Amino acid sequence: MSEKKKLKVATTSLAGCFGCHMSFLDIDERLFTLLEHIEFDRSPLTDIKHVSPDCDIGIIEGGLCNAENVHVLREFRQNCKILIAIGACAINGGLPAQRNHLSLAAILEEVYHTSPGLTNGMIPNDPELPLPLDQVHPIHEVVKIDYFIPGCPPSADAIWKVLTDLLAGREPELGHGLMHYD
Amino acid sequence: MSQTLTLDGKSIPFNDGETIIQAATRAGVFIPHLCYHPEFKPHGSCKLCTVKVNGRQTASCTMRAAVGMVVESDTEEINAERRALTQMLFVEGNHFCPSCEKSGQCQLQATAYHLGMMSPHYDHFFPNRAVDASHPDFLLDFNRCILCSLCVRASRDVDGKNVFALSGRGIDTHLIVNARSGKLADTNFAEADKAAQVCPVGVILPKRRGFAVPIGERKYDKQPIDEIVAEGK
Repeated sequence: MSEKKKLKVATTSLAGCFGCHMSFLDIDERLFTLLEHIEFDRSPLTDIKHVSPDCDIGIIEGGLCNAENVHVLREFRQNCKILIAIGACAINGGLPAQRNHLSLAAILEEVYHTSPGLTNGMIPNDPELPLPLDQVHPIHEVVKIDYFIPGCPPSADAIWKVLTDLLAGREPELGHGLMHYD
Repeated sequence: MSQTLTLDGKSIPFNDGETIIQAATRAGVFIPHLCYHPEFKPHGSCKLCTVKVNGRQTASCTMRAAVGMVVESDTEEINAERRALTQMLFVEGNHFCPSCEKSGQCQLQATAYHLGMMSPHYDHFFPNRAVDASHPDFLLDFNRCILCSLCVRASRDVDGKNVFALSGRGIDTHLIVNARSGKLADTNFAEADKAAQVCPVGVILPKRRGFAVPIGERKYDKQPIDEIVAEGK
């Protein structure tokens, strides 16, 4: 019997905390079953730097808080057949988006100049650093997202359900107990 | 109760003067709703309880039941529209569930779960709304207000205090506090008020009671909203 071609899966964390990646690893032994069907492409788990052009599934954690986030998101969209937003931050901006009612200048000023305990603070301005966006945005506002796994983070069971649904060719569905925004 | 209407193919009895949602709830059928509350006069504004009566859309909280009505509620078409309305409520406010004390007991969230809302779909407004923490016992977080007017009705009709009101029109509609300063501390709002208990989302919250029940063990974590309402809990 010829072996079925494994699906390529890429993952990244943009303006996220890697909590969703931790929850993904929480599928524990099921990772072995998963690895019979997939191989990891660009991901913090492999340290591959760019998404292969024939990637099947891209999983994005975190929203968009700077120019690099947008760049990485576009690379994922360009190279992945299916893009999945994972977690509250990718879906509605999450915790980082709670800065959205403040001006970026005021935030930088407070963080680097006026916070208690700071002396001679300066706002970082190295050309290597990506520029922050004026507001944090969820990823569906910039590229088309095919599936969403809500939660902060989504449980390992919720992630497993969506991935196994997709691998089986079913429309992913989270029922009561797996569907959580918190 | 010999009179009946047909709801999703099921015969539902009703009393004279009852609305469709009242008859449905008594018969154990859940119709999603946010501004409707069985103890108050209907407001008919959230439109989540929209059903099709003899092929035409109407709010089931304001429409009186009538003999022989054919009502459709739990259909793919109507639920898709309810989901879209719910998504609009999410993007118009600042609904960050992970850091909200109401998460797990929030009717907006539970309804979104029920409707299978996987994402907010639309672009977020990220409005700038200040929090009112002036009152010694209660906090008002306007970021989560969905303009259901339940606190307005409770304070006016039950408490006889008129603490809250909806001000402005259309997209500018917002909840205000009836005090010269606009602050809750400058009203006679009190913990025993009905208005302190009816908020379906996380706007009116008691202070110093955060996370007494852990996330994951709250009302709608344990049982979905359709079952809770259908069982009359």
